[in-house]
Amino acid sequence: MPVSVREFLTLLEALKSGVIEPSIDDFYQLARMTLVKDEQYFDRFDQVFGAYFNGIEQIIALQPDIPLDWLEKKLQRVLTDEEKAALKKLGGPEALQKRLEVLMKEQKEWHGGGKKWIGAGGSSPFGHSGYHPEGIRIGGESAGNRTAIKVWETREFKDYDSDLALGTRNIKLALRRLRRFAREGSHLELDLDKTIHSTAANAGMLDIQMRPERHNQVKVLLLMDVGGSMDDHIQRIAELFSAAKTEFKHLEHYYFHNCVYENLWQSNRRRRDQVTKTQDIINKYGPEYKLIFVGDATMSPYEILSPNGSVEYNNPEAGAIWVNRLIDHFPHFAWLNPEPESVWQYRQSIDIMQKLMKDRMYPVTLNGLESAMRQLSK
Amino acid sequence: MAQTKSRFDGSQTYVATDDLKLAVNAAITLQRPLLIKGEPGTGKTMLAEEVAAALKMPLLQWHIKSTTKAQQGLYEYDAVSRLRDSQLGDEKVNDIRNYIVKGVLWQAFEANEPTVLLIDEIDKADIEFPNDLLREIDRMEFYVYETRELIKAKHRPLVIITSNNEKELPDAFLRRCFFHYISFPDAGTMQSIVDVHHPNIKQDLLDAALKSFYQIRALPGLKKKPSTSELIDWLKLLLAEDIPAQALYSSDEKVVVPPLHGALLKNEQDVHLFERLVMMNRNHR
Repeated sequence: MPVSVREFLTLLEALKSGVIEPSIDDFYQLARMTLVKDEQYFDRFDQVFGAYFNGIEQIIALQPDIPLDWLEKKLQRVLTDEEKAALKKLGGPEALQKRLEVLMKEQKEWHGGGKKWIGAGGSSPFGHSGYHPEGIRIGGESAGNRTAIKVWETREFKDYDSDLALGTRNIKLALRRLRRFAREGSHLELDLDKTIHSTAANAGMLDIQMRPERHNQVKVLLLMDVGGSMDDHIQRIAELFSAAKTEFKHLEHYYFHNCVYENLWQSNRRRRDQVTKTQDIINKYGPEYKLIFVGDATMSPYEILSPNGSVEYNNPEAGAIWVNRLIDHFPHFAWLNPEPESVWQYRQSIDIMQKLMKDRMYPVTLNGLESAMRQLSK
Repeated sequence: MAQTKSRFDGSQTYVATDDLKLAVNAAITLQRPLLIKGEPGTGKTMLAEEVAAALKMPLLQWHIKSTTKAQQGLYEYDAVSRLRDSQLGDEKVNDIRNYIVKGVLWQAFEANEPTVLLIDEIDKADIEFPNDLLREIDRMEFYVYETRELIKAKHRPLVIITSNNEKELPDAFLRRCFFHYISFPDAGTMQSIVDVHHPNIKQDLLDAALKSFYQIRALPGLKKKPSTSELIDWLKLLLAEDIPAQALYSSDEKVVVPPLHGALLKNEQDVHLFERLVMMNRNHR
């Protein structure tokens, strides 16, 4: 979690200025607001905060030795709103602590659903699963009334954590790295700032400066592995693809199975009758296209290295030859592999493909995508 | 100077949760910019208007577009009019000050009372935009090169920045801000938000409408989930058309397509998906 000294000082300053009441809820909000600047870290913050303050709570709760069977929940007391309003707060943690000590001396057995003793499901300030405007929870689950000091335990920001899943939003952010505005082409527009500067430098004689219009000129050729061992990754790849589609002006996509050979296809339903020759693709698209392979590269080594190695038909030339032809033609290339990086070393075919790719194989994580995009825009 | 309130406690027309109030008040007390993120339609932009109204401070708004430059918030030098005036021999041309157009930040800095400054949708601009404003927002001063003067804020404005998460913001910028993420309101908060906008709505209609609203939001695979502002619009339509609560759930317990659902679903794929799900549900029963 990236937190700087400056933010910590801000928190201290905020505490000093008395902007919050001395309550743990407010402190939680204030600390989160000053220290965490991205909702994807909220969940981690919640966990750390919870872990730290749980410890303190337990120190309070564990001091008296409460027999566990007192806390067994046998009945749940249902309170009306009037009854809830009538419950009095004891007046701060110290009063609670004192009262707890007194009860510890007096209480001898289980009391559930009541309003005085330590127990479950009632309206006493001590115990769990009950209701009291200000109490100490001892064991068990909160009854969901949220007046206990427990906001962070619900972990409602779990979905925003970037480590858990690579959602479409993250992919979009990474792909934006690739989208560079390049000024190139024939349409010209007036560069006002430059004109003013050069006119001034020219002692007032008008000197008009033009510049090419700005447009997105990133072109991408996407080759994707389908079928077989890729089935497990289809959903993630579909997300990647839907994110990619809106990112680039020119995006061409073709499918292959396991390894590229002399034919590729654009529609999976008609892959038998509508194929495009790989050589045609090399001839059609210029070297300014950025080539991205997406595949798990998990297959038998023969499928890459030897002729007739394909699982589907007899290919006259080895896959490796076609891979080399493609990357010779497109100098900007990368391979995205949805398999976790940790298993790569155990798969021979991934190792072979990684060498063919000149170590430009990246995992489909945010970091992997970023490195791939950096490589592609070199 | 007029007496200004220094605490924000929500307002008649805007329901603020406790954590949001705390965030605003901390930003006021410590004079830091407040960065607000959240789903579209959770009232990010409204917040600045309501804070300004509640604290009786003037509101200055700066709406950011993809072409906005940081400099435009400070000032712009209108070289073209000066050039034209010089060709026409206008007297004004001798003083460069006549051609400096003040930006929103300058207006906020020279105001005689504290102001609320809204920088709306900062993520729309170029990635360098927030960095270009660091010094101005930190020190509350900037230098005008053309006239060689230093503009300093008389009063620190309360800066509220909204972002829709389209770009990540630079760390150096984030470090200087307070951050608040407006979560989607739960049913209870939503009820009070609706009460603020439609105080006379019938309870049964509201219950039925809220129920279908949260059901629609829970549908998997929606491209755009309906937001609070869309719920408010939908309720307005329901009231205008005088639709009874019974229309929202039919008597024979079957799931129905709620009337005027076009106000909630803004994408024809979503509408198709929704209708298909309703049809499937019917066939199952």
